[in-house]
Amino acid sequence: MTEKRLNRRDVVARLVAGRDETVVIAGLGATTYDLAAAGDHPRNFYLWGAMGGAAMMGLGLALAQPALPVLVITGDGEMLMGLGAFATIALHNPRNLTIAVLDNESYAETGGQKTHTAYGTDLAAVAKACGIADAMTLRRLEEVDLLAVRAHALSEGTTVAAIKIAPGELPKVLPPRDGGFMTNRLRGALGFPPM
Amino acid sequence: MAPEISPTPWAAAIFATLQRHAVSLVAYVPDAGHAELIRRAEADNAMRAVLLTSEEEGVGLLAGAWLGGRRGVLLMQSSGVGNCINMLSLVRTAPFPFLALVTMRGEFGEFNHWQVPMGTATPDVLRAMGLRILRADFPDEVTPVMEAAAQQCYAGGTATVVLLSQRLIGAKAFAK
Repeated sequence: MTEKRLNRRDVVARLVAGRDETVVIAGLGATTYDLAAAGDHPRNFYLWGAMGGAAMMGLGLALAQPALPVLVITGDGEMLMGLGAFATIALHNPRNLTIAVLDNESYAETGGQKTHTAYGTDLAAVAKACGIADAMTLRRLEEVDLLAVRAHALSEGTTVAAIKIAPGELPKVLPPRDGGFMTNRLRGALGFPPM
Repeated sequence: MAPEISPTPWAAAIFATLQRHAVSLVAYVPDAGHAELIRRAEADNAMRAVLLTSEEEGVGLLAGAWLGGRRGVLLMQSSGVGNCINMLSLVRTAPFPFLALVTMRGEFGEFNHWQVPMGTATPDVLRAMGLRILRADFPDEVTPVMEAAAQQCYAGGTATVVLLSQRLIGAKAFAK
């Protein structure tokens, strides 16, 4: 029996459904469109560049605001470009940080070329080997719902979840691209003034 | 045992400036020139020192910290500037007050010529990415240069990199 892969938009919609205070950072690529498709929000930050930096931005925010749940939603290609972040995050293991990696084993933005995960790289195992104990691979929506509960609360440490999703491109839903707007909107929502 | 003499007495001045400007996050890739500053940051309860596997991680980290209301600084060696290039896009696009302190290699008595290409290119690379550069060559320049850098970065919003010259930190000794 072939495994039915999850639809990325369903996954992201479920991840953010129960949000209250949570800040969500979307990595470069299709995850920005997925997060936009789930509905824009003042506590969303969409990366349109800086590939490989999403998890580290999440760490910076999580360390700055230890009581604020921070959810990074990114893709396997984006995460692979910054694997060292797992080792850096493990040293601090903030309990308010969740990293959800939507793993379609391909670069959907650039023609569907395979990523390393298609050939066996196991992102959850990499995170675990770097010292993030709460790391897992998810394949079912019920598991995604449990991850969402964790993402909007504090846990014992950082959580990393590689979520296997179906390959292929979906219609683009474009979020804001102006970083100054997003930065000041998010800072404003957290009670900080513009620079 | 002889008392330990700090090879970088100006590190205290840098640390004091960071404290004065409410910097509470110090991201770093280990470097001999920054060793004392790193030790001070790790020993201070009001500071969070974050060890990176590679310098570009620090750019994202500081951008995220700014979203959460904290000021950070990135410590690295000139070779690390090359690792940061694309991630420095965040400094202009996010944007946020970015301050980096770069210890220079590949100049003034460098023994290891493998350090020369990136050390030589460092100011051009930083300028190409839109960052302002200040430089300290002598110990008595460190305090005014750091104060100016912190002022123009955190108060003025101008992304700034301070180059700490190899003349200041001393060329690494490999052979006599």
